[in-house]
Amino acid sequence: MTTQHISVTVNGKVREADVEPRLLLVHLLRDVFGLTGTHTGCDTSNCGACTVHVNGRSAKSCTMLAVQADGATVATIEGLEQGGKLHPLQQAFWDEHGLQCGFCTPGMIMQSAWLLEQNPDPDEHQIREGIAGNLCRCTGYVNIVKAIQQGAAELRANPAAGAGAASA
Amino acid sequence: MVDSAMIPGQFEYVRPGSLDEALKVLRDREGEAKLLSGGYSLLPLIKLRLAQPALLVDLQAVGGLDGIARSGDEWRIGGRATHRAILDHDGLAAEFPVVRDAAGGIGDQQVRNWGTIGGSCAHADPSSDWPAVLIALGGSFVCRSLDGERVLPARGFFVDTFVTGIEPTEVLTEVRIPNAAPRTGSAYVKLERRAGDFATVGVAAVLRLGRDGRIASAGLALTAVGDAPFAATGAEAALIGAEPDEAAFRAAGAAAASAARPVSDSHGPADYKLAMVREVTVRALRLAASRVQGA
Repeated sequence: MTTQHISVTVNGKVREADVEPRLLLVHLLRDVFGLTGTHTGCDTSNCGACTVHVNGRSAKSCTMLAVQADGATVATIEGLEQGGKLHPLQQAFWDEHGLQCGFCTPGMIMQSAWLLEQNPDPDEHQIREGIAGNLCRCTGYVNIVKAIQQGAAELRANPAAGAGAASA
Repeated sequence: MVDSAMIPGQFEYVRPGSLDEALKVLRDREGEAKLLSGGYSLLPLIKLRLAQPALLVDLQAVGGLDGIARSGDEWRIGGRATHRAILDHDGLAAEFPVVRDAAGGIGDQQVRNWGTIGGSCAHADPSSDWPAVLIALGGSFVCRSLDGERVLPARGFFVDTFVTGIEPTEVLTEVRIPNAAPRTGSAYVKLERRAGDFATVGVAAVLRLGRDGRIASAGLALTAVGDAPFAATGAEAALIGAEPDEAAFRAAGAAAASAARPVSDSHGPADYKLAMVREVTVRALRLAASRVQGA
């Protein structure tokens, strides 16, 4: 088994590891770095539970190799809160009951954060299109859309509160 | 090394810093090496162990392959241009609405953020959307090796499922589309079971009208209803010289269905798919005709 040495900046902190090329990014984050906030869902690039940001682009970390992220900057759900204060999207998912079982939530929030970086004031259709790659089997999406709308309004009023997502 | 789930089989990984370096690896390891672009087609197959390359050659550090520009009498789209970059390109969409139709229906946001047009075409899944679009538009692919460059027409490039005219020592560096002639309209209509799914049936239609208002040229290509995406040449021939009306579109739909060879699968039985080829062809032609500029 041949390993390669990689260096990845995760949530602003440089982390290194020796990995097999076949190790997936989601397993690097969860099993090697212990960042279990990123979930493994379908493992087929479909459900979006494993969504993180890689060099500022939302990505399904089950469909990227850890070695592909060598030298990259990665943002995960753990990086969103700032100084013990939830990111506006995290707070909004709490306030609007944007989750039930919570399994999709880290990916849903990371995808929402990316969406709001592209478009700070999306309409409902744009929100639904923006999270089309993230499946939720509990909520029916209504409260997720409401939560993203609340988070968007808060971020427009207070952009600094979203700094955690900008670490990628 | 922490124990972790290992879903794919073992392989080596390299990340060349230049195109020449990548081409040299392809030549030195011919038949063993597989190119990795966005990864959203290849990695799922590797995870299922349906593909087991010995060496992955990651193109992410090879610069200059992601431009999108109109140059002289054609558009040149870098092989590493993402579906997102193509979707967001207003100039390209204005000239070829079919391109935006297709780009917006590929996978989801994350897939479009990473997946590339060259990767998708070289991968050649018969259900992927770009091939039919590029066939209908009369596009071509630039394939580079250490020996030089070949320009292969999209029509004829897609040989079979996952099989194209590209050689193992080549990189698909660029997609070319000839500039739209006046009075041209285009559309891609995709029938899918769920948002962002692979096509059950997809039809790319490009119509150019003559000064008399009749169809002067037609490009019509089908996704997901054969071993490879293909041009419905009988339907194209039937359209030429016809008025762009429902009767002509229905006749083209019937001709397209007679050339389609769908298989029954989870997307539906074959006879249903043939019915859908007829209908989706009509819809694509109708939409393309409605978009003809300067008629």
